[in-house]
Amino acid sequence: MRMDVSDEDLAGAAAGGDARAFEVLLARLYDRLFGLCFRLTGNRAEAEDLCQDICAVLPARIRSYRGGARVTTWVYRVAVNAAIDRRRKAASYARALDGWGNWETSRQAAITEEHDQLGWLHSAMGQLSETLRDTLALVLDDLTHAEVGEILGISEGTVSWRLSEARKRLREMKEKEEAT
Amino acid sequence: MTSRKDDIDLDALKAAMQAATPAPDAARRAENLRVAQESFIAAQGSQTETRQTSIRPEKRGILNGVFQMIMTRTMAGLTATTAIVAVGILFFTPFGQELTRGRIALPETGASLDPVLPVEVDATIGATDGEAAATPLPAMVDAVSEAARDDADGRVRVEAEAPPMPAPQAAARDQISGGLAGLTRSDAVQLGNANSAAIAQQGYSTALVAPEPYAAPPQANTEEFANEDDNPLRVTAEDPVSTFSIDVDTAAYSIIRSSLQRGALPPPDAVRIEEMVNYFPYDYAAPSEEDISPFRPTVNVFETPWNPDTRLVHIGLQGEMPLVEDRPPLNLVFLIDTSGSMNDPAKLPLLVQSFRLMLDELNPEDQVAIVEYAGSAGVALEPTSASDRAAITRALTGLGAGGSTNGQGGLVEAYALAAEMSDEGEVSRVILATDGDFNVGISDPDALTDFISDQRETGIYLSVLGFGRGNLQDDTMQALAQNGNGTAAFIDTLNEAQRVLVDQLSGALYPIADDVKIQVEFNPAVIAEYRLIGYETRALAREDFNNDAVDAGELGAGHSVTAIYEVTPVGSPARLTDPLRYEASDAADVPEDVAAELGFLRLRWKEPGAEDSQLIEFPITDTDSSGTEAEFAAAIAGFGQLLRGSDFLGDWSYDDAIALAGANRGADAFGYRNEAVQLMRLAESLSQD
Repeated sequence: MRMDVSDEDLAGAAAGGDARAFEVLLARLYDRLFGLCFRLTGNRAEAEDLCQDICAVLPARIRSYRGGARVTTWVYRVAVNAAIDRRRKAASYARALDGWGNWETSRQAAITEEHDQLGWLHSAMGQLSETLRDTLALVLDDLTHAEVGEILGISEGTVSWRLSEARKRLREMKEKEEAT
Repeated sequence: MTSRKDDIDLDALKAAMQAATPAPDAARRAENLRVAQESFIAAQGSQTETRQTSIRPEKRGILNGVFQMIMTRTMAGLTATTAIVAVGILFFTPFGQELTRGRIALPETGASLDPVLPVEVDATIGATDGEAAATPLPAMVDAVSEAARDDADGRVRVEAEAPPMPAPQAAARDQISGGLAGLTRSDAVQLGNANSAAIAQQGYSTALVAPEPYAAPPQANTEEFANEDDNPLRVTAEDPVSTFSIDVDTAAYSIIRSSLQRGALPPPDAVRIEEMVNYFPYDYAAPSEEDISPFRPTVNVFETPWNPDTRLVHIGLQGEMPLVEDRPPLNLVFLIDTSGSMNDPAKLPLLVQSFRLMLDELNPEDQVAIVEYAGSAGVALEPTSASDRAAITRALTGLGAGGSTNGQGGLVEAYALAAEMSDEGEVSRVILATDGDFNVGISDPDALTDFISDQRETGIYLSVLGFGRGNLQDDTMQALAQNGNGTAAFIDTLNEAQRVLVDQLSGALYPIADDVKIQVEFNPAVIAEYRLIGYETRALAREDFNNDAVDAGELGAGHSVTAIYEVTPVGSPARLTDPLRYEASDAADVPEDVAAELGFLRLRWKEPGAEDSQLIEFPITDTDSSGTEAEFAAAIAGFGQLLRGSDFLGDWSYDDAIALAGANRGADAFGYRNEAVQLMRLAESLSQD
């Protein structure tokens, strides 16, 4: 079942200042955004906070939405950028925290260890580099390679390459796992 | 996405990933949407004409519609088998908080698409404001109802959102790839005018709470505790001087209590004995007019409960208690962590309650301000007189609701506010309340320490209140509070909040002496060996004692501080080291009265805000007296050593600690000592497992 107004129309209206359209659009997108946030972060509380970040920037960003662009693609780009921002902040924070008796490091180590217990899913995602993980998270959201490329600002070919790279890593991991 | 043979890993990953993705928190969702909407309106200049007016959903069977709604939502939100969902909930739910709130129920089967819901939604307006909860819905997580008013014809559209529900793993997922359009909307339900206003005001409401019981999942424990190895035994002849800073923190005791009450012995590193001992108020002699120091030292020497051949040197400092009326006005800036993890009954709501308790203790001259960080950020309450309860309550209720994210870090903002509020002669303090997110805006730890230390020089102090367990960075709490001339307290119950923020408010907020250092020089002619019990994290170098640049602990109004040494007299059979054969013996030169002294106690402190320290010093003589207060402190010190697994206790057991503490409860007006005895009993039973 679908609503008769497309996301694109709503976004266009919201860009033009229609508050109601913005409200409806965001309510529609929220759960899917949250799902993506979760895939990008692998942690529920982080995903909630990331969603909050996104909700904080969207009202200003929506003005730059231009008709024609697919809303999902557009909003995912906002999401991925917010995730990267957040990660960057966290990374510099973690680096900076060395002075605090390395507590952040050991805490991260503990978290990693705990994730290992979640089995293959998390160890697999956790061992991929951030770029591969982001790419994979988007592809897993049923976007085409072209769309993923648009969101990440890279070519479609790069997406396909990253994906095959990710797949290769995953296979290696699995083989290693089965070997042990 | 094309599926090739070697995609098998990717497909598995995809399935697992979808399964693991939890539902968004309904409250956060509503809040985030509301905030976004507000800032949109603020940013755009309101233009609220509804786009929806012209759109009339085609008439269709209600049941069918909602069924589809559930299906589509289900596919989008969570496509999974029950088992995988269970795993997701177990591991991805921070601290099991959703479980304790009962918002997530594990479904009995993968696909319980209960057709009763649509009927409810259709039949009663009440369904939008929560009565749908009466409907038996084993698979529901929660439902968010949204009502919107259709201005055109005065009718009301009720858009009910079903929560994500587990459903069989299905290729059906691909069906929704056509867009997000159908994901969250049910059919429009047409209702009469009668209740439209009420529904229109409704907005989002969490409608369903599934009360299914579960066992709590194993918790992710990322706590870090600051501690050192036990202070070692010192040989007086080699190392006669012991120097340390006082410690009036009590966080360790609360953590121990919370562990024991959950049925687990605390990790030995969580046990800081001095904080346990100092948790309790003691009835030491208060300073009088003759005392030059704002505190009165009391020294008792008596037989060690766990070793008849050694003695305890018990040093108690009792701070003066200024009259409440005379106290200077107080400026409090609360810096409150509103990140997602604070969204737990034992955290933010407890903080808000605690805060309310404290308001009763403040005078109208006192000012309060609130700054949020981590989640939403910014000033939640501009400086407000403590008597303006309405404004403060409003700000407290709105915590976490956010607003714009400011560029400036929360900590800087809080200190700036505190500086703004400070007038001559007033006391200003920033109180950081968090469950472990110390991302306060300054990420470099040196810069953070420097910042807090610099601010300390300007007379703005910092206290840290810890909430919740599992993610608490106890060591960081300690580090921050110690740099900010403040105390760190861990708040786990409303009672504890009462103790920290109400019963001991004046002590917690008014320092009477800064940088209090204790130095004891033992007399090798009398004392062969000694060890300081606790204070491992507070040790100072001998030369630091006279160095006023070296920071130490603060003593609050009416607070007392206790330190205990276990000493082994020369000639005692308890001596663990052999005397040196060639030990120099200059004792002959020492006057007889001095030669009998056990040691010499030196105390340094600064008047609050002063640059230079003052000194008092006097000899320690064997009083051979203890009294209720010292005996109780000894019992707690023994309890702490039992929890740490100390080697010095011999066969002294929890039973002995219980007997000793029980016999020395004294007046115990607040029941703290009674509680301690109960905790000892708990620890005893747990240690037998």
